[in-house]
Amino acid sequence: MADTASKTDPLTPVLTKRWLSPDSWRLSTYEQLEGYTAIRKALRMTPEALVELVKEAGLRGRGGAGFPAGVKWSFMPPNEDKPHYLVINADEGEPGTCKDVPLMMADPHSLIEGCIIASYAMRAHHCFIYVRGEVLHCIRRLNNAVREAYAAGYLGRNILDSGFDLDITVHAGAGAYICGEETALLDSLEGRRGQPRLKPPFPAAAGLYAKPTTVNNVETIATVPYIVNGGADWFRQMGTEKSPGPKIYSISGHVERPGQYEAPLGTTLRQLLEMAGGMKDGIPLKFWTPGGSSTPMFTAEHLDVPLDFEGAAEAGSMLGTTAVMVFNETVSVPWAVMKWAKFYEHESCGKCTPCREGTYWLSQVLERLVEGRGTEEDIDTMLDVCDNILGRSFCALGDGAVSPIQSGIKYFRDEFLALCESNKRELVGASA
Amino acid sequence: MTQAPETVFGDDVVAKAQELIGRYPESRSALLPMLHLVQSVQGFVSREGIAFCAEQLGLTEAEVSAVATFYTMYKRRPCGEHLVSVCTNTLCAAMGGDAIYQKLSEHLGVGHNETAGEPGEPGSITLEHAECLAACDLAPVVQVNYEYFDKQTVESAVELVDKLRNGERPKPTRGAELTDFKTAELQLAGFFPEDEERFAADVDGPSAAEETLRGAALAQERGWIAPPMPEEGSRG
Repeated sequence: MADTASKTDPLTPVLTKRWLSPDSWRLSTYEQLEGYTAIRKALRMTPEALVELVKEAGLRGRGGAGFPAGVKWSFMPPNEDKPHYLVINADEGEPGTCKDVPLMMADPHSLIEGCIIASYAMRAHHCFIYVRGEVLHCIRRLNNAVREAYAAGYLGRNILDSGFDLDITVHAGAGAYICGEETALLDSLEGRRGQPRLKPPFPAAAGLYAKPTTVNNVETIATVPYIVNGGADWFRQMGTEKSPGPKIYSISGHVERPGQYEAPLGTTLRQLLEMAGGMKDGIPLKFWTPGGSSTPMFTAEHLDVPLDFEGAAEAGSMLGTTAVMVFNETVSVPWAVMKWAKFYEHESCGKCTPCREGTYWLSQVLERLVEGRGTEEDIDTMLDVCDNILGRSFCALGDGAVSPIQSGIKYFRDEFLALCESNKRELVGASA
Repeated sequence: MTQAPETVFGDDVVAKAQELIGRYPESRSALLPMLHLVQSVQGFVSREGIAFCAEQLGLTEAEVSAVATFYTMYKRRPCGEHLVSVCTNTLCAAMGGDAIYQKLSEHLGVGHNETAGEPGEPGSITLEHAECLAACDLAPVVQVNYEYFDKQTVESAVELVDKLRNGERPKPTRGAELTDFKTAELQLAGFFPEDEERFAADVDGPSAAEETLRGAALAQERGWIAPPMPEEGSRG
């Protein structure tokens, strides 16, 4: 099927539309703007039909991996021999990513409504929203929304006379990027160090407290009420066949008007830049990330890459979280890569050797290189270390850590070499 | 010198700890919020704080320590009245975050995780450089007690910390009225103001930055919309 992105308007505000309303976070505003209409519909459907609907819509996880949400839901056991849990990953921390926090601040009830529908579809009666600790205002708004929803009968026992019970607990993290990894998040939620678990068993078999659990991203779940109200065909009018729907692109950095732009999946950087007013002060683009620092960087050559799951992958990167960080010509690539390397070093959980040791040494070598004390050999050393981390680490943090380094060297090797220029080994007698 | 936990943490704190345990199917899940609770009392996770959590949860002190030392937000040394966090991850750094951190460090005469002034005393400030704070469209970003001060400059950040040192409470760009680190930690533990009006005022604190709304506003301006939903179509 052909790309359908061009059939819709360049921006398709679905999740972000309500944000413009005054006091958009309040229950009264949400209810005035069609809020809590989807649960009325959903609670009359069977859980199976809801899972089918989300599958048909083709909703893919918005947390970075892009796994089909309906398929993930279908892994949950059909019986209720053990309690089931829904856990929302609101641990937004991937550098460049800033979509879930504004969503939860502006429209927390859309997430709550999505949680109710998803919990019902997966037969969960307790849902946890795991929010990173550093976003206090967001946590405050979520707590208030949960309180409002209980008072209005959207949460608690026998929701809207459907016989369905659900409790939601908002849980604040404590500053650890690794907890964005779903099994590390579960360990953290159990009151442990946030370190990833060996898979299998997958969370649907043994997740929180070893019970069937599904972990979904905020934006994914907040999209669900619209799918229930609009249907799969409506949802598929936006985006592409394999990556349907609207997506919040977070544009940051050297552009005139950074911000949140909700567009159909498959939108290109060229289109996004046009909407964001172009490059700041007209200084040309040098490099950018399609979806956070863990997604290999792109350059000005990639302006027309469709930013959907397939398009980004075909061009050698990943869609990630659609955190579009834009850097102009004034920024040194080795410096940027060094800063990211230090981030991964700090955030590596220490569980597996390739990541713990590798990120440490990569960071050391890059720092030396940026200070002008590196040699050409360092570049090969780094690539070698990257090879030993990529695919050999316990979780995706290690893979993410090598992305900026490998892609930075791939596109800007000369810049790394230039930093080594003064340290070239002179052959004995060569200068005579 | 270590005090017995019960002399530091009164009955009210014990009651809150027990309430936290009640929120979860398994008690250990209450550990992260309980460590925030401990920080709300002492401004850091002390030896007594670790012993307190261990006692409440039936864990060993080693088990609690292992968790407390894993997470960045649990402070090992007493924090200032305010915690000032400067994002120095790549994007914020490139947009001025590195310069802000360097200037504040110089201005306050402290390094990462160090406190200017006597910890806990009015006007004392702990400075830290932070990783990505999920507000990249508003770079460079600074937080005070985890409330956002967006789009800072070196000058505005210096002005901000000077005000804090003078006992003033500048309004965050997005967030509630500024309190102090300990009060913020109590909220992170999941305890919000009991006074409804006060809580409502906090909740209503600003959040809608121009950047947050840019896409939605541009769509409105240009008349761009998502395809109408089927029912809407038949109704209209």
